[in-house]
Amino acid sequence: MKTILAISAAALLSAAAAHAQKINAAGATFPAPIYQKWFGEYHGANPGVEINYQAVGSGAGIKQLTDGTVDFGASDMPMTAEQIKAMKVPPLHFPTVMGAVVLTYNVAGITQELKFSPDVIADIYLAKITKWSDPRLAKDNPGVKFPKDDIIVVRRTDGSGTTFVFTDYLSKVSPEWKMKVGANTSVSWPGQTLGGAQNPGVAGLIKQTPGSIGYVELIYAVQNKMPYAQVKNSSGNFVKASLESVTEAAAGAAKNMPADFRVSITDAPGKNAYPISTFTWLLIPSSIPDAGKAKAVKGFLQWMLTAGQKDCSGLTYAPLPSEIVAKEEKQIAQVK
Amino acid sequence: MAAPQVAGIPRAAKVVQPGDVAARLLTMLFAAIVFLLVVLLVFELWVGSAASRQKFGWGFITSTAWNPVTDEFGALPFIYGTVVTSVVALLISIPLGVGAAIFLSELAPAGPSNALTFLVELLAAIPSVIYGLLAIFTLVPIMRLYIEPFLKATLGFLPIFQGPAFGVGYLTAGIILAIMTFPFIISVSREALLAVPREQREAALALGATKWEATWDVVVPYAKLGIYGSIFLGLARALGETMAVTMVVGNSPEVRASLLAPGYSIAAVIANEFSEASGSVRPAALVELGLVLFFLTIVINALARLLIIATTSKGSKRP
Amino acid sequence: MRLRWRKTVNKVMLAATGVCTLISISALFVILAYLLINGTKSLDWNFFTQLPKATGEAGGGMANAILGTLEIVGLASVMGIPIGFMAGVYLAEFEDKAFGAVVRYTADLLNGVPSIIVGILAWTLVVVGMRHFSAFAGSVALAVMLIPIVTRQTEQFLREVPMSLREGALALGASKWKMIATVVVPAGSKGVVTGMILGVARIAGETAPLLFTALNNQFWGGLNQPTASLPVMIYNRAISPYEDWHRQAWAAGLVLIAMVLIANIAARLVLARGISVPRG
Repeated sequence: MKTILAISAAALLSAAAAHAQKINAAGATFPAPIYQKWFGEYHGANPGVEINYQAVGSGAGIKQLTDGTVDFGASDMPMTAEQIKAMKVPPLHFPTVMGAVVLTYNVAGITQELKFSPDVIADIYLAKITKWSDPRLAKDNPGVKFPKDDIIVVRRTDGSGTTFVFTDYLSKVSPEWKMKVGANTSVSWPGQTLGGAQNPGVAGLIKQTPGSIGYVELIYAVQNKMPYAQVKNSSGNFVKASLESVTEAAAGAAKNMPADFRVSITDAPGKNAYPISTFTWLLIPSSIPDAGKAKAVKGFLQWMLTAGQKDCSGLTYAPLPSEIVAKEEKQIAQVK
Repeated sequence: MAAPQVAGIPRAAKVVQPGDVAARLLTMLFAAIVFLLVVLLVFELWVGSAASRQKFGWGFITSTAWNPVTDEFGALPFIYGTVVTSVVALLISIPLGVGAAIFLSELAPAGPSNALTFLVELLAAIPSVIYGLLAIFTLVPIMRLYIEPFLKATLGFLPIFQGPAFGVGYLTAGIILAIMTFPFIISVSREALLAVPREQREAALALGATKWEATWDVVVPYAKLGIYGSIFLGLARALGETMAVTMVVGNSPEVRASLLAPGYSIAAVIANEFSEASGSVRPAALVELGLVLFFLTIVINALARLLIIATTSKGSKRP
Repeated sequence: MRLRWRKTVNKVMLAATGVCTLISISALFVILAYLLINGTKSLDWNFFTQLPKATGEAGGGMANAILGTLEIVGLASVMGIPIGFMAGVYLAEFEDKAFGAVVRYTADLLNGVPSIIVGILAWTLVVVGMRHFSAFAGSVALAVMLIPIVTRQTEQFLREVPMSLREGALALGASKWKMIATVVVPAGSKGVVTGMILGVARIAGETAPLLFTALNNQFWGGLNQPTASLPVMIYNRAISPYEDWHRQAWAAGLVLIAMVLIANIAARLVLARGISVPRG
């Protein structure tokens, strides 16, 4: 009975949806809130195109694209030369938005915005600072009454572009981190840590666990009304993640964008630049054999670079600088 | 689940008919699918883990490395976590399960006993992900706020109850696994106890034993193989359990003495990392972990079934 | 003196076994009560009719996941039940000593394989083979889990069909396969069907094998497309930080448990005797 029902329902559905060009994509959770909004909106405006985006993490996005199990991927870590070499069809990087990785926390009695120096962040994640009452935290945060609790460090379990951006930043500001751990979508974490799956999983764990600290994309902290820290940048100023401070971090890259768009903007110069900022990329195969799919993907890219950019600020992402949009529009023609 | 009853069915009709031969071959073909699936499974696990087996050899089992940056992988934290959470589960579910099985077989009248057993077995039908859901929102906060601080305050001198109260970790995962395993222990132990011949009980009681003495000194030893079998069955279940453990174990690839610490299990790391593991070594390492888990569970399952078959065919069931 | 001590021990220990039973049973009621309280608060009409919203947006439902679960489980049943049934008939009626033992052993072995490993198998065979995630891949994984359950249940219940029935049919000159088709299978059908229902209820709640086979989808999906399912949605929603998603996880949990428990209770009413389906 159940079977008959399911089969007829499936048949009905596939008949009804037969006209829609179905495209499957997977990858980063960092931009997932805006991607899912985009794909929903785009489907509303163009019912003939249905793009299913699964936020499984940047690592999975790259892996699934390499295996050819999705039509395109998404990542907040540009693919390495080695990864690109492993692919049968070379991918094109399309920056979509810019965002910030923020440190969010759940500490009893603390509602104000905390301030963190780069070395303090590194030493918390290196398990050298293990109590909230550590004097080095108090030094950056005069007047804040820290509890004596243990710091519970939260990080990602899955291969994550957010992890890459965070560890890339730590590698730049802490030689010890660079030597002991390094930067990647997954790393071997020193010390005792809790692992959460994807950005939502990390935010969920922090929200549930008093005494915890972790890193997520800005939007996940904002949507859940979780406090997030100001971070000291390379000019020595404590800066909060915002549309402006992220845009300032990208200013240098906007002027000198490499042709393949693979660039890191962590620890960027600029008086008010937020130091853990990044572009995030769609990874589009340079050749899509199915003409219908190719057309649909190109159509979406064009829309994303123009109409789509207007959705950014509502979700606290920074829109792309106009120089980059112009460059990317040219790159769309390279998708064959 | 029941022991195969070998005797009794007429093997062949008097005259072998072509229809019979065809029917036999047809069903045999489908039976072969079952066998081939297992062959295929072992083959895929073996081939899929080749890169890892070649690179790490037997050292894979004892290494604690899990470093995707340098491509160094070892299974120990996951094997350790799988075993520790399962042992915690059994320490809770064995007394609870055997106790309840004794009550249901020896004390409760047949009608209520069957009804209660049915309710217990419903516990085994609840999907793993629902145990995880409940654990995240009810058990984890209770562990963090009450049980773990209490254990630290009273038994904190033991290394197994030290460190911060995370709420998630080996102990929490073990408790959830205990709830998931005791239905098996109750259900199968009860069958084994019911299979003990009535005369055994009557003889003990006639000699002046109390009800408890008759049960504990005579009936339970008589059924002990079946009870061991039920424990192994529960253990096999606990070893391979994925979702509920993934949601509460803490997902930290380390070997820690403290039960309060976050850990990992084989099934959980596969669930978390399999779809994103890139390169050649890391996916192979995950598949090799699958291979290790596969062998662990088949050995435990085989033991369980042998023990259960040994007892349930020995006595006669209560009508 | 000593007798009194023994009597005290007797009472204490017997009471303790009662307490064990009470704790075990109450676990079920606590779980059901939590799901009912949190689930009914969260269930609304939208849950059954709407598609999920983007990450972090409140509202929406899981219509696609409900249909997806029916599709995936339905297709798994279509593939798994016939194979399991026929293999069960072989074991009960035609078994050769050696090969029968091998099949019986491997069926039990397959039954005990952790579901996440079955997921690896389906990923390697179907997802990599077809080069995309699909409901079909998820169905294959679930079918692999369903086959050994149905095989062993079918065997068990066909074996319980009384000798006298078979002999009667054979005495009337029926060939063996006719006897099986017209006498043995109908006589054992109650039990066999029960076993099938329990098997299907068991796979309906599986999450791990779907994680990297059927994946998920914010749209309707389809047999050849990545497809949402209730268990995967519950997992996703439960680990997230969003209150509204937690609410939906509870609602989905209630719907899933209702499906599974109704199937279990129905199956046992059909049979009116307890049997247990081991889970991996």
